[in-house]
Amino acid sequence: MTTTAEAARPAPGPAADEGLARRLRALACTAPLHDLDSRKANLAGEYAVYGMAEVALAAIDLVTLHMDFDTGADRDQVLARMLPRVAAQAPEREWREHERVAKWVLESLINVGSVDRGFRAVYGTFASDGSYIRRDYDFKLIEEVPGPDGGVYLRTTDEAVNVLVGALDTDVTSAQIAAEVKLEVLIRRGRLADAQLAAEQARYRTVQYSELLRRALEATRRNVRAVDWMETVPDLIAEALEHIADRYRHENAILTNIRKARDESEDPEHKRRAAELVDIVKDCIRRHTQLQTRLLEAGPLFRAEQDRQAFAAPSTRSGLDLYGQLLAPVLPLPLEQASAVTTAFFRKGIGLRTPDAVRLTDLVDVLLTPPVEREHLGAELPEPDLISTPDDSRFSDEQLETALGLLDLPADAPRRLSGLLAEARRIDPDLPYLVALLSVHAASPGVGTAYRQGEERLLFAVDDGTRLDDQEFGGADLIVGSALLDAVGMAADRTEGN
Amino acid sequence: MIDDDYDAPSPGESAARPAPITPADVADASRLVSFGLQPKLLPARDTEYAELIRRYRDDPSFARLADAVATGLGLIVLEVSSRAGMAVAAAEDSVFAVRMGDYSRRAASESTDRFLHGLAHLAVAALAFPRPEDLADDGYLGRITVNGVDAFVRQACRRLEQQADVSGDNTDPVSDAPGLEAAWRVYARRSATGATKDARRLAGSTIGIVGKAVSFLVDSGFLQKTSDDSGGTYRTTARYQLQVRDMAGSAAMAELLALGVVPVSDGSATLLPPDDSDDLVTDAGLPFHSV
Repeated sequence: MTTTAEAARPAPGPAADEGLARRLRALACTAPLHDLDSRKANLAGEYAVYGMAEVALAAIDLVTLHMDFDTGADRDQVLARMLPRVAAQAPEREWREHERVAKWVLESLINVGSVDRGFRAVYGTFASDGSYIRRDYDFKLIEEVPGPDGGVYLRTTDEAVNVLVGALDTDVTSAQIAAEVKLEVLIRRGRLADAQLAAEQARYRTVQYSELLRRALEATRRNVRAVDWMETVPDLIAEALEHIADRYRHENAILTNIRKARDESEDPEHKRRAAELVDIVKDCIRRHTQLQTRLLEAGPLFRAEQDRQAFAAPSTRSGLDLYGQLLAPVLPLPLEQASAVTTAFFRKGIGLRTPDAVRLTDLVDVLLTPPVEREHLGAELPEPDLISTPDDSRFSDEQLETALGLLDLPADAPRRLSGLLAEARRIDPDLPYLVALLSVHAASPGVGTAYRQGEERLLFAVDDGTRLDDQEFGGADLIVGSALLDAVGMAADRTEGN
Repeated sequence: MIDDDYDAPSPGESAARPAPITPADVADASRLVSFGLQPKLLPARDTEYAELIRRYRDDPSFARLADAVATGLGLIVLEVSSRAGMAVAAAEDSVFAVRMGDYSRRAASESTDRFLHGLAHLAVAALAFPRPEDLADDGYLGRITVNGVDAFVRQACRRLEQQADVSGDNTDPVSDAPGLEAAWRVYARRSATGATKDARRLAGSTIGIVGKAVSFLVDSGFLQKTSDDSGGTYRTTARYQLQVRDMAGSAAMAELLALGVVPVSDGSATLLPPDDSDDLVTDAGLPFHSV
C-alpha cells in the first residue's frame, strides 16, 4: 500500500478509546428500537398503546428463526406471524391497523426510506495525535437478500443477532454443545419449560452456524484459486461433516427422549410442551441435513471448476488480471481515488450508443399521425384444422371395465389366476390378456403410491409355487386378492411425519 | 480523403480491379462502418455484412478507406473479423460516447453512486474474465450472473473487513469527509436488494446497479442473456472481450498507475499481480475464523 492510501486511512486511537468505541457501536444497534417508540407519536393515528420495541424484537426473532440455509425468511410469513402479538397489544382495534403497525415496524427495521437501507450512528474518538474525530458507524438490523426464485427475502444481520441475544457472540461450536447437554439434563429431570428455552437457543446457534457455512461455501464456488484445496478446505469439510454426524446422533437421541416424554406424560401442558420440542429438534435435524448436502456438493464443484480453470490449454499471450490487478487494489482505496479508476473503466468499457437524429418533417408526421386504434378483441383466431387420430388401443374401455370388475375381489376371498382367466375367456376371448396383464402388475403393487394417495384398497398377487396350466399363458398360478389399507391411520402418520 | 493509387499486392479481387477509389467504394466503406455501429448485428447473420468484412480483409485499400471513415466519425477500430464483425469503440469526445449523466442521473450527482456504477462494470468484467488467460484467449466465452457478481464483490469487501478487524483498524469513516471512506465500505453498506411496490428491482441496491450495468452491456452487444436464473445469466461476446482488453482495462490500469497504487514493472512485458494477492491465496478461503 502506498503513502497516499496510508494517509487516507484513519489512524487508530489509543487502546482505551477502542473499548469505548466498541461499546458505543453496540449501543447504537439498539437505537433503532428505542427510536420506534419515540417515533410512533408521529404516525397518523393513536398508536401509543403499541409497544413498538417489543414488536421489533419479536420481528427480529421471527426472521432469525425462519432464515433458511439458502434464502432468508419470507417477508409475508414474518408479517403474518407478527400479527398475533400486535393484535394482543390492542385487541379492540381492527386488524387493518394491526397489519399497518406490523408493516411499519418491519420497514423501520429495514429502514426502507434510506438509500442504503441501513442505519448510521455518529460517535467520536481521539486520534493518536490527540485530536478528536467524529466517525460514522453504518449498520443494518434486517437486510434484504435475493432468493433463488428471484424474490426478496429477509435476513437478520450479525448486529441484530447480537442485539437479540447478547451472549451469542461466542464460539458457535462450544456454545451449541453446552446448550445440548443442558437440554438433555433438563429433559431427564422432566423440566420441559426450561428444556424448551434451551432447545430454542440451540436452534439459534444452529442457524448461525449454517449461516457461516453458507457464506463460506459461496466463496468457494466463486474462486477456486482463492481457496487452499490441498489442505485447508478438505480438513474443514471433514471437520464439518464430523460435527454434523455428531450433532445428528445427539439430536436423534434427544428426539427419542422427548417423544417418550410426550407419549408417557399425563399432564396435557407437558404433552403440549414436549410436542413443541419435537418440532424444534426436528427442525434442527433438518437444518443439519441441509448443511451436509451442501458439504458433499463442494468436492464435485471444485473438480468441475478446476477442469474449467486449470486444465484448459495455456494461452500464449498473457492478459490483464482484472481481479488481481484492478478490482482488488481498487476496493481498499479511499472513495475518491477508487472512483477515478472505476469511472475510467466505465467510460471506456460501456460501448457506444448511436444518437437519435430526427428530421423536423418526420417529427411533424409522427406527431400528427393519429394513434392506431387497437382492436378490442384482437385478431380473429383461425379455425384449427383437426384430424382425429385412429383409436389403436388394444383393448376398449368396456373391456378394461369388465376386467377391473372381475378383479374387484372381496378382501377375504382371493382367487387363483387360472380361475379368473377361465371366467374372462367366457366373457370375451380377448379379455384374458388384459386380466393376466393386470394380475402380473399386481405382483408388485404400488404400495408407496397408494399410501401417499390414501387409498383404501390395493390389488396384490402372490406366487405360491403352483404352476399355471392354461392354453394361452404360462408361468405361476398367482393368487390374486385385495388388501384393505388403513386410510385413517395412514393420514395420521403422514401429518406426524411432516 | 484517400486518393493515392495504392498498389494492392494482394491477390484476388483487388488485383482484378486496380485502385482508383470511386464514390461507390466510399459508400461501401461507410456501409461497413454503419454495420459496425449496430453492435448486436453479426456477420454470420447478414450476407452483405459478411461480404464487406471479407473485402476489408482481402483489399487493403478498402480497409484503409473504412478505417478512415471510422476515424472521421470519432470511432476506434478494435478488430475486423468474422467473429466480432467490425468492432468499433467510441473515442472520448465522439458523438457515440456514453456519458455518466445519460447512464444514470443519480450517478452524475452522487459520488458514491458514480463509484458503485463504475465498480459494477469493473466487477462484471472481472467475473466474466476471471483469469488473465481468459481475457487473452480469443475463443473464451465468459459467463456471469447478476447475483453472482454482487456476491463476488460482497465477498471481496467482507475479506477486507476481516483484514481490518484482524489488524485492529477502525474503518469507520470520518464524518463530513465522504471522499476518504474506504471504497469497499461504500459497497458493503449499500443493501443488496430490496422489496419495491411494483416488484421491480430496487434501482439503488447493489443488485439493481449490477443489473443495470448488465442490461446496458446487452444493448451494447457485449453480453447475451441465456436465462433468468440468479437474477439473469449472461455470456460474453467477442466484442466485450476486445473492449475490456484493448480499451477499458488499460484505461483503468493507467488511472491506477497514476495513483501510484500498482508498482510499475521493471520493463518485462507481463504485469504481475500485486503482493496483496498472496495472502488472498493462503487465508482467504473459508472464513470460519471470522467468529
